[in-house]
Amino acid sequence: MPAAAFYDLDGTLLSTNLVHTFAFYARNDQGILRSLGRTATTFLGIPLFLATDMYSRKVFNDLFFKWYRNQSEDRLRYLSQDLFDEVIKPSIYPGTMELLDKSRSLGLRQVVVTGALDISIQPLLRHLGIEEFVANRLEFVDDVATGRLVPPIMASATKASWIRTYAERESISLSDCFCYADSMSDLPMLSIVGHPTATNPDLRLRSTALRHDWPILSLK
Amino acid sequence: MSPLLRRKLDPATVMIDTDSAPRVLHFGEDFLEVDLPVGTRVIYPKPPIQGLPNPRAAVRYALNNPLGCDPLYAQLTPGMKVTVALDDISLPLPPMLPPDVRQTVLEVVLEMLSDHGVDDIHLVVANSLHRKMTGTEMRRMVGSKIHKEFYPDRYYCHDAEDPDGLVNLGKTKHGEILRINRRACESDLVIYININLVPMDGGHKSVTVGLCDYESLTSHHEPQTIIDSDGYMDPQRSALAKKCDRLGKLVDKNLNVFHIETVLNNRMYFDQLNFLGRNEDDFTEADRLKLQATRWSLEKMPRAVKRAFLHAIPAHFQMIACNAGKTEPVHERTLERSFEQYAVRVKGQADILIVGIPYISPYNVNSILNPLLVQVMGPGYFFNMYRGKPLLKKGGVLILAHPCYDEFDAKFHPSYIEFFNCVLPETQDAFTLREKYEEEFAKNPTYIQMYREGNAYHGAHPFFMWYWGENGRRHAGKIIVAGAETQHVPSLLGWERAESVAEAIAMARSFTGPSAEISMLHLPPIVIPEVE
Repeated sequence: MPAAAFYDLDGTLLSTNLVHTFAFYARNDQGILRSLGRTATTFLGIPLFLATDMYSRKVFNDLFFKWYRNQSEDRLRYLSQDLFDEVIKPSIYPGTMELLDKSRSLGLRQVVVTGALDISIQPLLRHLGIEEFVANRLEFVDDVATGRLVPPIMASATKASWIRTYAERESISLSDCFCYADSMSDLPMLSIVGHPTATNPDLRLRSTALRHDWPILSLK
Repeated sequence: MSPLLRRKLDPATVMIDTDSAPRVLHFGEDFLEVDLPVGTRVIYPKPPIQGLPNPRAAVRYALNNPLGCDPLYAQLTPGMKVTVALDDISLPLPPMLPPDVRQTVLEVVLEMLSDHGVDDIHLVVANSLHRKMTGTEMRRMVGSKIHKEFYPDRYYCHDAEDPDGLVNLGKTKHGEILRINRRACESDLVIYININLVPMDGGHKSVTVGLCDYESLTSHHEPQTIIDSDGYMDPQRSALAKKCDRLGKLVDKNLNVFHIETVLNNRMYFDQLNFLGRNEDDFTEADRLKLQATRWSLEKMPRAVKRAFLHAIPAHFQMIACNAGKTEPVHERTLERSFEQYAVRVKGQADILIVGIPYISPYNVNSILNPLLVQVMGPGYFFNMYRGKPLLKKGGVLILAHPCYDEFDAKFHPSYIEFFNCVLPETQDAFTLREKYEEEFAKNPTYIQMYREGNAYHGAHPFFMWYWGENGRRHAGKIIVAGAETQHVPSLLGWERAESVAEAIAMARSFTGPSAEISMLHLPPIVIPEVE
C-alpha cells in the first residue's frame, strides 16, 4: 500500500513563519510611508500574535490574516518570487533537502500541509520538488484581499482532517505514513500517522513527544 | 573450612559457606548485598596486571618495531595522505581517566607524522552505526590540544549514511559486501588506534565494522552469524570474527592499514571503590563502611542524579600492552595479553548463573541503560563471557539483577523506543524481526537524520542489540530478572520476574531441581571463565 510523508513548513522545514512573510510584504508595500507604517505595525503586533498563537491557532489566523486586507492579488503573486529568494530560501534548514531525498528514496509521496499562504509558498515547493500540498488561501474580491481565509482553514485539527481525507482518497495507509511538524498546534496531524516526528519542536511539543515516545529531530 | 583456607585454594573462585559475607552485586545504578546459598561458587576477576611504567615509550617501541611490516616512520613520506581512525566512546568502559589511551598513542603518532612532513591528516572516529560522539566527548578522548588543532574539520565521526563518503571495496568469496569510509580508502596510509578491553575488540573488526555502512554490516550482524558463534570472546569459535577476518583481507588488498592495538588492565575502580572487585570476605571495616555509605547515598538520590554521578566516575585503566603493525599478528599478541588479564580457569558448568547488571554498557555511555541494553548485557555479553564452554549449562537458568525500568533516552536511542514498544510485542523471533522490520527501521528518514546530524544510534541498531542476545536466549532454559520494577519489561523481553535474588534462586531451583550448581559471575571488572 502506498504511503506518504506529510510536512508542516514554517518552523519545520524552514525557520521563517507567517509573520516573516507578512513583514516582507509590508516592507515592499507601495509608497515609503505605507511601507514604513505597515512594517512598524507588524513589529508592534508581534506580542499580540505570539499571545494569540499560544491561545489558539484559529484565533491567531482570524486575527493575523486580517492584516492582508486590501492587498492586491497580483502584487502578492508578483512579490512571491522575491519573497522566496530573499526570505524563504535562506531560511531552509540545512537538513531539509536530505530528509526529503531520503523520504523520496523510500517511495513516499511528499505532501506539504501548511497554514502558510498558497501564493507565498509556490516557489518554495518548486524548489523542494514537492507537487502535492494544501495551504491557506486568501479570499479575494475583485483582485483585492478581504482579510479572510477561504475555508477550510489549515490549522490544528483541520490539517489532520485533511490528511485523513487525502489518505482515504489516495488509498494510503496512515499507519505507514510519516509526519513532520514543529508546533503543539500540529499535534493532531502528528497523532494520526504511524511515524510521527517532532521536528525542531517548541517546548510544549518536545515534552509531548517525550511522553509519547516520538522521535525528536533537529534539521537546524 | 575457614574463610582464610578457602581463599588460599583458588583466588578466582570462592565457595559460599555458612560464615561467608554477603556478595555485592551491581543492580543498575545501585548495589545489592545478597546472601547466596551455601555451596554457591562465586567467580572473581583477576587482580589488575601492573600497567606499563612508561606507556609513551611502549607506543614508540611498538611503532618502531612493528609486526609484519616496516616501522611507521619508514612508511611516511612528506605530503602523503593519512587517516587516523580511532575506536569510539563504546570503549573503554567506563571512559577512562584522562589522558585516554587514544590520546597517549595519538600524541606519539602525530608527532612522528609531523616530523616526517605529513600534514594531510584526518582523525576519524570509527563509530560505525553507533551514535556520533558529542564535541565534549571528542575533546575528552584526545585532549584539548589535538582537539583544538583538528576539530571539527579534520577530526570527526564516521558517517555510515553519507552518500558521498563511502567507497565500495567489493565482495568476499562468500558474497559479503564491504563499503567503507571514503577518506580512509583514498588515503595513502590508514593508522588504526584500537583499545582492547575484551578479546572480541580489535583485529579486522576495527576497520571492517568501525568504518563501514549498514549494508556491509548486514552480512554479519544478523541472527544466523550470532547463532553460529560459540561465544563472542573467543575469535577462533566466533563466526562473526571469521567473517570480519574475510572482510579484513579485502581491506588489506585495497588499503595500507597500520594497526596499533593497546590492551588495558581491568583497573575499573579508583582507589576508594576498588574493594568492589574483591572477595567480600576480605573486606576491611573501612571497605564495609564505604560500601554502606555508597549504597545509602545512592538510595537517597533520584535515578537521574545517581546515573549522572556514576557516569562521571572515570575508570583507572592502565595500558598493559601496545603492539603495532599488520592487523593479524598484532591482534594475536593482543589476544594473548588480553586473556592473561581476563581469563580464569573454572571447573565445571553451572545450572544457575547469577549476574548483576551494572549501569553501563558499550551503548549507553552518558545515558540510560534501557531494557534492550539490559538484554544486551545479560544474555548478550555476560552469558557470552566464556572461553571454551559456556559457564551456564544448556537449559540452565540465568538470573540477572536489574531494576529493568522502562526508560529510554530519546536523544540517543530513538529507534530503540519504537522497537521495544511497537515491534517486540509482536514477535521476539530474531529472524522474523530481521525479515519484517529491520530494513524499515534502517531506512527510516527520521532515524537516518537523527544519526547523521544528531547523536542517535542508527535505526537498525536495536535489531543488532536483539540479535546479540540470541545465543543466550536459545541456551538458557529460563531467564529471571531479580528486582525488576515492572512486569511488562521482563515480559516483553521473554523473561520472568522475581522480587529479589533469593526469590529468583528459589524459582530457578524449582526449574532445575534442588541440587542445582549455582555460580555467580562477580563482574565488573571483566572476567572470562575458561570452563574445564
